[in-house]
Amino acid sequence: MKPESFWHIFINASLINNFVLAYFLGICPFLGVSGKKETAMKMGGAVTFVMVIAATCAYGINLLLIAVGAPFLQLISYIVVIASTVQLVEMFIKKMSPALFRALGIFLPLITTNCAILGLVLFQTNKGYGFLESIVYALGAGAGFTLALMLMAGLREQLDFAEVPEVTKGTVLTLLIAGILSLSFMGFAGLGG
Amino acid sequence: MQTMSQADTTEPTISLKMLKAMVGIGIVCACLIALTFEYTLPRIENLKAEALNKAISIVIPGMVTKKTFGVDRNNNLLEVNNKDKSPHLLYAGYDENGKLMGLAVEASGIGFGGVLRILYGYDPEKQAITGFHVLESKETPGLGDKIEKSSDFLENFRALDVSLNEDNVTLKHKITVVKNGAKKNPWEIDGITGATISSRAIGNILADSTRQMAPLINRHKSNLEKN
Amino acid sequence: MSVPAKTKTGFLDSLEKSPATDIFLKGLWRKNPTFVQVIGMCPVLAVSNTAENALAMGLATAFVLLMSNTLVSILRFVIPKQVRISCYILIIATFVTMADYAIQAMSVELHKALGAFISLIVVNCLILGRAEAFASKNTVETSVLDALGMGAGFTFALFCLGAVRELLGNGSLFGIAVFPASFQEWVVMMLPAGGFFTLALWLFIFNAVKRAKQNKERGKALP
Repeated sequence: MKPESFWHIFINASLINNFVLAYFLGICPFLGVSGKKETAMKMGGAVTFVMVIAATCAYGINLLLIAVGAPFLQLISYIVVIASTVQLVEMFIKKMSPALFRALGIFLPLITTNCAILGLVLFQTNKGYGFLESIVYALGAGAGFTLALMLMAGLREQLDFAEVPEVTKGTVLTLLIAGILSLSFMGFAGLGG
Repeated sequence: MQTMSQADTTEPTISLKMLKAMVGIGIVCACLIALTFEYTLPRIENLKAEALNKAISIVIPGMVTKKTFGVDRNNNLLEVNNKDKSPHLLYAGYDENGKLMGLAVEASGIGFGGVLRILYGYDPEKQAITGFHVLESKETPGLGDKIEKSSDFLENFRALDVSLNEDNVTLKHKITVVKNGAKKNPWEIDGITGATISSRAIGNILADSTRQMAPLINRHKSNLEKN
Repeated sequence: MSVPAKTKTGFLDSLEKSPATDIFLKGLWRKNPTFVQVIGMCPVLAVSNTAENALAMGLATAFVLLMSNTLVSILRFVIPKQVRISCYILIIATFVTMADYAIQAMSVELHKALGAFISLIVVNCLILGRAEAFASKNTVETSVLDALGMGAGFTFALFCLGAVRELLGNGSLFGIAVFPASFQEWVVMMLPAGGFFTLALWLFIFNAVKRAKQNKERGKALP
C-alpha cells in the first residue's frame, strides 16, 4: 500500500473524518463551550496544543511498550501520560505566560477527560503512523475540532435571537444543528482519496 | 486535577503516603491487566485464526487445508509461519486431495473514509479473480459499504479477467472501474451508483495488487501446487 | 454541563419506596445519565448504529462502572485526597482494558464494530463522575446499587438510540429484518448525523414529557 501523504492525513483528520462530527469525540466541550465564538476559539486552541504534545508523547510511549513487550499496558499508560501532560502544560504556561494561562486556564483541566485526545492517540497507534505523520494527524484533528466548535458557536450566537419552541431549546437544538453540520461535512468525503 | 499541582509536597509524610497509594494501585492494576491478557490471549488468537479461515473460505469456496506464503524483498515466494508478519500475505487453499483450488491475497488501499483492506481470491488456472472479502473498512454505512453487500457488484468478481501477456510479466488489461451498467469486457468492474469512490477504490486496490502478484504467482505456480 | 433535574419525572416515581430501590431508580430514570444529565455522550452517539452494538457498549460501560465504583468505594479511606483523580483513572483504565480483552475473546466481529470506543470508556465522564461524586463518599453497598442503576440507565439509553437507528436505517432489529423488503432504508440514520438526530429526538421527547407533567402539576395547584 502507498503510504498516506501528509496532505491526505491532514484532510482526513480535519474534514472527512472530523473528530467531533464523524467520530463524536469531544462532544462534551462541543455541547458545553460552543456558546460563544471567543471561548470556542480558545478551547480549540488549547485542545490542538495538547493534542500535538500528547501525540508526541504517545509515539514515544508506544515505542517503549513494544520494546518492553507489554502492549496490554497501552491504554493505562496513555491516559496517565495525557493526564500528566495536561498538568505539566498547565504549570508551564502558568510560569511562562500568565496572560495565556488566564485565557486557557479553565479549559486545560477539562481536557484531561476529553475523549478527543485519547481518541487521537489510540487512532494514531492503530493506524501505525510514524512520528511526523502523528504530528500532522494531531494538527489536523485539532484544526477540525476548532473548526467544528467555531461553526457551532457562530450558529448558536445567531440562534440566540431566533424564536424556537420552548421544548427544543438548549441541548436538543444544539444536537439538531450538529446533525446538519455532520451531514454537510460528509460532502468532504473522498477529498483525500 | 488542579489539586495535584498544588499538592502539599512540603509535607514528607503526605507525599510518601501519596506515593505509596499511587504505586500500590499502579502495581495491582498492572498485574490485573497482565493476568487478563495472559488468560484471554489464546482464545483471542484462536478466534482471529478462525475469522481468517472463514474469510479465506469465502474467496476459495470448499477449501480444506491452507498454506501461508509471504513475499520477500526480491519478489520470491516463501512459506511463512502464521505468526510472521509480512507486508504481502497470500494463502493457498487446497481440497482434500491436496489439489490447489485457488489463492487468497491480502491487499489494501485508501477508500472513501480511510484505509480499506481486502482479501481477494485468484484462480491461477483461469487467471481470474474469483471473489473478494472486505477485512477492514471505514466506508459509509448504507452507501460505501454496498461494496460488501450489493450482489450486482459482487457479481463482477465471479471471474474478473487478469490474464497475463505472453511474457508472463505484464497484465493484458488493467482492471478498470466503469459506470454502472457500462461493463463490456471481462476485466471491467461495474461501479455502484452512490458509492463511486468506494467501488473505484476496490478496483484500484485490485489493479495495484494484481500487477505485482499475478506474474509472481504465475512464476511460482509449480511451487504453490505442491502440498 | 449537566442539566440538573429539578423536578421529578416519570411514572416510576410511585415505585420508589425503599432507599435501595430509590438509588437504583435514580440512575435508571430520574437522573438518567444520557437523557437527563446529558453526560458521556461520545459512545452514545458513536456506537449506537445498531441495537447489538449499543447493547454491548452499554453493558461494557456498566461493567466498568460497577467495578470501579466498588473498588473506589472500598479504597475510599486509603486513597489520599490529593491524588484521588489519578487513582480513579488508573482503576478505571484497568477495568476498561480487561473489558476490552474480554470482548475480544468473545467475538472478534463485535470488537471490530466497537473499535477504539471500548478504550474510550476510560474518558467517559459518567464513570469518573460517579467515582468522584458518589463512590468516594458512600458505602460499598450503596455504591454498587448506584453503579447498577446508572449502568442500567446508560444501557437503556444506548439501546433506545441503537434500536431506533437500526430500525430506520437498516429496517432490522438485532440483525433480524422487521420491515418488508420493500422498505426504503433511511440511510442517514446509520450515518454520524443520524446519531445526532436520534439523540435530539429522544431528548425532545423527554423534555416534552417533563413539560407536560409540570403543566399538569401547575394545573392542579391552581384549581
